[in-house]
Amino acid sequence: MALTPEDVGRIAHLARLQLSSDEAQQMLGQLNGFFRIVEQMSAVDTRGVEPLSTPLSAVQAVSLRLRADAVTETDQRTANQRSAPSVEEGLFLVPKVIE
Amino acid sequence: MSSPVSAIADLGVAALARAIAQGQFSSVEATQALLRGIEARRDLGAFLAVNPDFALAQARQADQRRVQGQAGPLNGVPLAHKDIFVTDFAASGLPTTAGSKMLAGYASPFDATVVTRLQQAGTVTLGKLNCDEFAMGSSNENSAFGPVRNPWNLQRVPGGSSGGSAAAVAARLIPAATGTDTGGSIRQPASFTGITGIKPTYGVCSRYGMVAFASSLDQAGPMARSAEDCALLLSAMGGFDERDATSAQRPAQDYAALLHAPRPGATAAQPLLGLRIGLPTEFFPAALSADVAAAVRGALAELHKLGATLVDVTLPRTELSIPVYYLIAPAEASSNLGRFDGVKFGHRAAQYGDLMDMYKKTRAEGFGPEVKRRIMIGTYVLSHGYYDAYYLQAQKLRRMIADDFQVCFQQCDIIAGPVAPTVAWKLGDKADDPVQNYLADIFTLPASLAGLPGMSVPAGFAASAEGAGMPVGLQLIGNYFEEGQLLHTAHALQQATDHHLRAPAVQPAPVSGGAAGEMSGQMSGQTSGQTSGQASGQVSA
Repeated sequence: MALTPEDVGRIAHLARLQLSSDEAQQMLGQLNGFFRIVEQMSAVDTRGVEPLSTPLSAVQAVSLRLRADAVTETDQRTANQRSAPSVEEGLFLVPKVIE
Repeated sequence: MSSPVSAIADLGVAALARAIAQGQFSSVEATQALLRGIEARRDLGAFLAVNPDFALAQARQADQRRVQGQAGPLNGVPLAHKDIFVTDFAASGLPTTAGSKMLAGYASPFDATVVTRLQQAGTVTLGKLNCDEFAMGSSNENSAFGPVRNPWNLQRVPGGSSGGSAAAVAARLIPAATGTDTGGSIRQPASFTGITGIKPTYGVCSRYGMVAFASSLDQAGPMARSAEDCALLLSAMGGFDERDATSAQRPAQDYAALLHAPRPGATAAQPLLGLRIGLPTEFFPAALSADVAAAVRGALAELHKLGATLVDVTLPRTELSIPVYYLIAPAEASSNLGRFDGVKFGHRAAQYGDLMDMYKKTRAEGFGPEVKRRIMIGTYVLSHGYYDAYYLQAQKLRRMIADDFQVCFQQCDIIAGPVAPTVAWKLGDKADDPVQNYLADIFTLPASLAGLPGMSVPAGFAASAEGAGMPVGLQLIGNYFEEGQLLHTAHALQQATDHHLRAPAVQPAPVSGGAAGEMSGQMSGQTSGQTSGQASGQVSA
């Protein structure tokens, strides 16, 4: 089932991407071109197959490592804010979100 | 004119480390020579940032360590990093861009683990290398800072996404570089430029400080001119890192020792005796380019002469790996790239209304077309109502693909085939058709999905007029953590062949340049303004 221009608009909103109408038009064609090669996937019977989310779990049990709940990092605020677009007195500035 | 510059530029990692350790020349001399070479080849577009002052300071420290008897295994060896590894800006003056306008000029507050480990081994960082934006691409044409040219033919792509790394190593600007491989980004550019590169098993190299693309696939690895050099670099780069949640908990490995260790029962003439190499039928389709098929068959015949047995195997879901990869990788990318919102770091749109408008405009301006496409695909397949049909189905197929490999490894020790269906194509040839780019990744995607180690080893050169003498790589895939066996096999091949020793002839630059060492013209990929003509003459030799 091919995507519609409305689908592209909805996905772009979810992805927080502003697309010009030319971009959206081109994106529609390219996404539909791509999903044509995805079709072959849906025909495969995968009943009973466990999804593989991290590769080594194909051959061994993988568990999340835990560490001691201890402070390991020191304050790096100045270095961390060096590449911030807008900063004032150590705070990140954003447009007003609460009226 | 035989200058020490060309002599140093021709040396690999092992030879440079040896020469510096023996005092034949200093790390400062090697660093100066390579900086001059980098300056002279701006036409390749391989470097995004070079900081001669930082490089020479590191080289001086390396020379001091030698005098003090504190030299690490790679003491004084200059190299450069793919610009996907963050480098501490305060220390190095090197920005980290990931090839994206989103991160233009980004000053990282820390070094990636891979960068730290290579520095601890004694290496000297010359600069940062161009790559496809956020490592998404197979031609390096997706970099926001301009394409990279293939030193074998300046009209052709070097492959991607580690295209700057590949071009710089192939052109003898640096003996080695770091790369990252999510779906083939070390192996394919290595193949396209005639160098050697290895993507280790997922989890061998720390992902800490690697700008994330698809976290369950991303893996770092070395790119150099021989298997032996890759082994030395991987020994320094790899190993457990508590800062990476998926780092493999294994003791440190000496890959150079594994590379040199003789196989049980092998002889000098037949060092690969007893090794079973599996050839998946699906890796040799009728559509495979004749140039690639001939070079790969030639390398396989050589491996057979060296004692290996060639057996037919099957990877029946090879073709399916394309949609599976191009759903999983964009899904993870759309999640990882959510952090680029114009608040804490990176680009922010100049004009915007409310917060939502700021997000949307910032991301529209900061990301290039391929990154946007992948974010769109990923967002869609993770969205309500499509998750099961696309993302979950892809993850189930991912397990089936990984299981297929384990069936193969019951019949063979190593899997071999081409890295890519063709040699490097011309710049612009596939730029308008993303799906054509995706299809060309068919032979590298299966090992990526399974998390297996894979490498590209020079196999020969295209013989047809169309192939224009471009290099061809042989892909070797091993079972989990069998990097040593891959490197041993590649080394045996390189002891018997000289494809890896051939260097591209320096071609006339496409734009008119100045005298050697002083290319005129602007450097499109330049983000830092750090590269300058001051590389030479600053420190007395």
